[in-house]
Amino acid sequence: MIENNDNNPRGQQQEPIISVKNLVFRYGRRTILDDISFDIPKGSITAFMGPSGAGKTTALRLISGQLRPDAGSIQVNGLEISSMSQKELYQFRRNIGVLLQNGALFTDLTVFENIATPLREHTNLPEALMRRLIMIKLNSVGLGGTEELMPHELSGGMARRVALARAVVLDPAIMLYDEPMTGLDPIAVSTVRHLMRETNDALGMTSLIVTHNVVQMSKLVDYCYIIAGAKIAGQGTPAELAASLDAGVDQFINGKVEGPIPFHYKGAGPAWSLVG
Amino acid sequence: MANGNSQIITRLKDMAGPIQSAGQCSLFLFRMLAGIRLRLDLVQSTLQQTYLIGARSLVIIMICGFFVGMVLSLQAINALEQFGASDQVSLLVGKSLFRELGPVLTALLFAGRAGTAITAEIGLMRATSQIDAMELMAIDPVQRIALPRFLAGLISVPLLTAMFNALAILGSVVFAVGVMGLDGSIFWSKLQTGVYFGKDFMGGVWKSLVFGGIVSLVAVFFGYTAKPTGAGVGTATTNTVVLSSVLILIFDFIMTSFFV
Repeated sequence: MIENNDNNPRGQQQEPIISVKNLVFRYGRRTILDDISFDIPKGSITAFMGPSGAGKTTALRLISGQLRPDAGSIQVNGLEISSMSQKELYQFRRNIGVLLQNGALFTDLTVFENIATPLREHTNLPEALMRRLIMIKLNSVGLGGTEELMPHELSGGMARRVALARAVVLDPAIMLYDEPMTGLDPIAVSTVRHLMRETNDALGMTSLIVTHNVVQMSKLVDYCYIIAGAKIAGQGTPAELAASLDAGVDQFINGKVEGPIPFHYKGAGPAWSLVG
Repeated sequence: MANGNSQIITRLKDMAGPIQSAGQCSLFLFRMLAGIRLRLDLVQSTLQQTYLIGARSLVIIMICGFFVGMVLSLQAINALEQFGASDQVSLLVGKSLFRELGPVLTALLFAGRAGTAITAEIGLMRATSQIDAMELMAIDPVQRIALPRFLAGLISVPLLTAMFNALAILGSVVFAVGVMGLDGSIFWSKLQTGVYFGKDFMGGVWKSLVFGGIVSLVAVFFGYTAKPTGAGVGTATTNTVVLSSVLILIFDFIMTSFFV
């Protein structure tokens, strides 16, 4: 199965692996996320969509424990993330994989050593077995034979795929993707999209994707949340969102200029006006 | 009145900035040292960094050492000739080199050559999310990135100081004996009998160890806390050179006053 399964809508009876309740996060005086709640069922692929600066990546960083919320609860596998110590966070992160926006490959290491880094740190596998495992992962993203290349010798799409191989090398239960398709050509976008679905299903993972790519997400994810104005402005399966009559959802999904989601930064007004 | 109060608060905040940074730097050092575990990969990466920041600084250190030795001899001979004591040149050069100039100049050169490279490298890793990626892989970047570079600096600076001193003495011999025609045997015997191993040589070694720690700590701290932008990395690199140079000179005075 590669493409999205619209027959698999958010089933509330499914056990949530991530449960967020009444989450509030402020950056200085600005409220980024205001009292949002959602559950992510095990095995699903869920997208956070919304305009730039809406707080999608912040939500991802809160779930991975990189940021602490000002209020509310974030539970992953029943464990409260927001109150974890640094040591507990590191223990928890062994079970999640994160694909950052630019791949964030270690520039002084080869492709092979990049993928080997989590294995060397967290396992005591013999070198031969480690090599075999890395080559399996590298082949699974279609990049067998690139193991001795340095990151600067890879294209953007290849680097993203190597980063994906590195993120899943420990077979995590949860995979977090931050804008995985930004800046890629159409072929690379399709390749990465297929890989995300295949990896999720083959490894029995749960995936969370932050993106604004409406078209690609409608082909991939099981469920979407649209975040705008620090709130969840809409949610549903891609088909439900496409048919939604909600003005905010309609504006975002169809890329309309006019609508409740503002184009200008909050607070911008006559003070910056060119004529005022 | 309210405007005046807010100005006072702003001034106080500005004054608190360096104190806050010093506190953060101390906590960073504690975090780095508290987490030390003797692991093979730590030894390997420390040796690799010692090569990258230490061995690769050798050429500039040796060239500078040689010319500092020559200029010291030139000045010393000019000054001592007035008293008919130009045969004491090796004593003056040796003592000033081992006690002060060797450790201080080496540390200043190291800050410019290696300290900036460390800050820029770590700052760039921050800007390209490599440090975030490491944290998300449950790998402590302070242990993995900062600690080996700090230890490498601690090892490298005393060794580089020794090389600087050796080349400076060579430069001094070349100028005093080769160019000015002083007696070579007098030069070496004065150096041997007048410069003491414990007081002069080891005093410099301890200083260089402290300076190595200062430069490396400042470099890794500013790199690690650099803003993830081009300007942020640039500012952090400049701060490394400025602050480590000032600290080297302050600590040099303190150590000379109390210990040497």
